[in-house]
Amino acid sequence: MIGKSLRVGVIASVLITLCGGILYLFQHQGLATQYAPAPDETDAHFAGAQPYLRGISTVVAHILQLDGAAIVQLGVIVLIATPLLRIVLSLAAFIIEKDKLYALIAAIVLTIILSNMFFSG
Amino acid sequence: MDIQLLTLILFAGAVCAGLLGALTGLGGGVIVIPLLTLGLGFDMRYAVGTALITSIATSSGAATAYIREGITNIRIGMFLEIATTLGAVCGAMVAIYLPTGFIAVIYGVVLVFSAAMIVRKKNADGNVAAPDSPLAKRLKLNGTYPTANGTVSYKVRKVMGGFSMMGLAGILSGILGIGSGALKVLAMDTVMKIPFKVSTTTSNFMVGVTAAASAVIYLQRGYIDPGLALPVIPGVLTGAFFGSKILMKANVKILRIIFAILICFLSIQMIYNGITGRI
Repeated sequence: MIGKSLRVGVIASVLITLCGGILYLFQHQGLATQYAPAPDETDAHFAGAQPYLRGISTVVAHILQLDGAAIVQLGVIVLIATPLLRIVLSLAAFIIEKDKLYALIAAIVLTIILSNMFFSG
Repeated sequence: MDIQLLTLILFAGAVCAGLLGALTGLGGGVIVIPLLTLGLGFDMRYAVGTALITSIATSSGAATAYIREGITNIRIGMFLEIATTLGAVCGAMVAIYLPTGFIAVIYGVVLVFSAAMIVRKKNADGNVAAPDSPLAKRLKLNGTYPTANGTVSYKVRKVMGGFSMMGLAGILSGILGIGSGALKVLAMDTVMKIPFKVSTTTSNFMVGVTAAASAVIYLQRGYIDPGLALPVIPGVLTGAFFGSKILMKANVKILRIIFAILICFLSIQMIYNGITGRI
């Protein structure tokens, strides 16, 4: 059951990434890539991915406009969510087994990761 | 660089990372970070973000194979995850204040260590005669695993020692974008005396969760770029798939030595470029 959820997550992520990737390559055809650090750039300045690609809500909004980059980023988000789903399923399994100690431990791990999502940025 | 060409190069690199991951248990960062920084001259921060994606893909890809065999000790993994996720969060927070050259040097040192871990002698049986650890008993960490000669049981030692080492592994993983699987196996293998088969698969389970904890932060900082993630996700899984096929046939020992030498070479390059300020 848990192994299956991982496989489904991984396959979904690859399929979404491939669909978005084809669109992305069409939409960015002939453009040069810019990932090198600018020579006069200090460590404090880092361009990074476009701001709309950094959060779930803005990514979803751009998917509806068939933006390739946003669809690839959704594939990334699904990939990141897969190990987290595994923790959620383990938590459920511990609760069913009435293993209170490990239900608590799984809940702590999940809280640490999720609190990041809200307090960082 | 032209975007199609970049996609092809990264895809090839990701296939290699997936192969390496399946054959040695190392996460994808070992290939992806040197490829992006030394090879293509990209900003170290893009390399870290892309390496995290590679680590999660390698871990989830390999885990689907392992769990079926029933060797992963979910309790050990879950308990130690508290340390690695906390470490990963701290590492990712600290990373913004570290110069990229310094990160490159730490990365080089971790690489040398990982190379040594690939060719090391393995703790095959665990320590069956070990004295009981009261904490391991209370946390129900002791377990069993199936072999050809029946079920083998094992006991876990030095729980807190392993726990603190996992914290360090988490910090490094948060700073470098790697899964630090080598450190995790070392903690379980040498400190906690968990048998190799269990420590490898449990470490793999933990790599995905630790990397996801840092990835949540790095995504929001823009370190994860779709142009770089696009070839990496399918590439790693293709590599991992063929790697698991080769694993059953080839003489893995020679492959491991070749990989170890390659990784040492890469680590010297990373340290040199980090110190001279070229990364």
